[in-house]
Amino acid sequence: MTNIVTELSLAKPVITDGAWGTQLQMRGLAVGDAPDPWNLDHPELVEEVAAAYVAAGSQVILTNTFGANRVLLERHGLGDKVTAINVAGVEISLRAAAATGARVFASMGPTGKMLAVGEISAEEAREVYLEQAAALRAGGADAILVETMSDLAEAAEAVAAGVAVGLPVVASMTYQRGARGFRTLMGETVSACVKRLTEAGASAVGANCGMGPEQMVAVVNECTAAGSLPVWAKANAGMPRQTADGTVYDVGAQEFAVQSLLLRDAGAAFIGGCCGSTPEAIKAVVAALRP
Amino acid sequence: MTDLQELYTAVLEGDAPSAKSLVQTALDGGADPQELLAKYMIPAMDEVGRLFEANEYFVPELLIAARAMKGALELIRPKLVAAGAKSAGKVAIGTVRGDLHDIGKNLVAAMLEGGGFDIIDLGVDVSPEKFVEAAREKGADVIAMSALLTTTMPGMKTTVDAIDQAGLKGKVKVMIGGAPVTQRFADEIGADGFSDNASGAVRIARQLLA
Repeated sequence: MTNIVTELSLAKPVITDGAWGTQLQMRGLAVGDAPDPWNLDHPELVEEVAAAYVAAGSQVILTNTFGANRVLLERHGLGDKVTAINVAGVEISLRAAAATGARVFASMGPTGKMLAVGEISAEEAREVYLEQAAALRAGGADAILVETMSDLAEAAEAVAAGVAVGLPVVASMTYQRGARGFRTLMGETVSACVKRLTEAGASAVGANCGMGPEQMVAVVNECTAAGSLPVWAKANAGMPRQTADGTVYDVGAQEFAVQSLLLRDAGAAFIGGCCGSTPEAIKAVVAALRP
Repeated sequence: MTDLQELYTAVLEGDAPSAKSLVQTALDGGADPQELLAKYMIPAMDEVGRLFEANEYFVPELLIAARAMKGALELIRPKLVAAGAKSAGKVAIGTVRGDLHDIGKNLVAAMLEGGGFDIIDLGVDVSPEKFVEAAREKGADVIAMSALLTTTMPGMKTTVDAIDQAGLKGKVKVMIGGAPVTQRFADEIGADGFSDNASGAVRIARQLLA
């Protein structure tokens, strides 16, 4: 089936964007405050972040809606703002993307409740994601990105919800490497995730967070071996550490860009950055991958 | 004592109904609650932790075992209190301000409880003041903080600073963990202990109070 995700992947690698939370904090988001409500309270500052990634050369940018599901927003007393925050989040990214024609993939993250031990049922999770996905579609998103998922069952519900509202969906899990290879927190293998997410209707699969580009290469290889969908990869730019000047990251923009070449060589279709990556890092990735 | 070996297995395999009925039968038969805990239940949870670190167990198995442990502990705790038994220590645990992600925190709390610690669960989005209060007024020996997000982890430093300012430095130990947290970060902010997994957290808490 042809859709925007499949179409873009034909001209791989497609450069996506970098981290948002730390960029919003640089613009005054207090440590500990939820980023998503800023779509309503400070849309101009959120748009600055989106615009910085568009200017850096991102062909796909995300939205500030990672935590904008009912389960998490209710914990901030914002359960009645789910639709408004998601619609606004997409509109902000679309405004920034208009400068270059970049595409907007709307972010959906975990609810924080575990299906595996019955903290939330599959039906409830589906409802929560249907509500968010419908709002993201109403806002005009090109696709949905289900990301930073540690529970395959939850990810599959989110993917199915995105498909149900009629948008192409990219599904990105978070893995850790242990004695038995790469697994999610719940113990699922890369291969199990790729297969189930493909069945759920994803148009691309992959991984974000949890590791740098070098380890991510092995995950990309496992994704490629387990299925035929284009692969999404957003690695961390090192780990944060505390200095007198605040939180800084280990891996600089140039080093991150050089490491990202490995992801291209492994066949990743969508390449960007997760924690620690900046517009400067994405600019360097663009220079390295699209010279 | 084959019956009690079954208690070890029931906790290890997360069979909550069996764990509870085995404990009840043993207590009815006059078994020493301290012995049930120290010889069978805590070793079972230690083995759960070992399997988790060896990637034989994952989060679901760990939580199910912890649930069996919790059920059995509820029967034993009143007897321990009545007998004046001392716990391994009191740990106040929570996610730092702004962080609502409590999966990791709950895992650590469950494993610490399984390791014989008393837990004060402060929940999510815990301010530095609330952590300090738990140490000063509720008698916590250890403050355990969790953060999933790079954007909330600076709250750990704020809390360590608040503990220092309250004059509690050295009196209460601080341990931290969570996806973006590293040993180096722990050293930099002056935390006493760090673990990158729930099972290791039990080891660290024991070391800090040794």
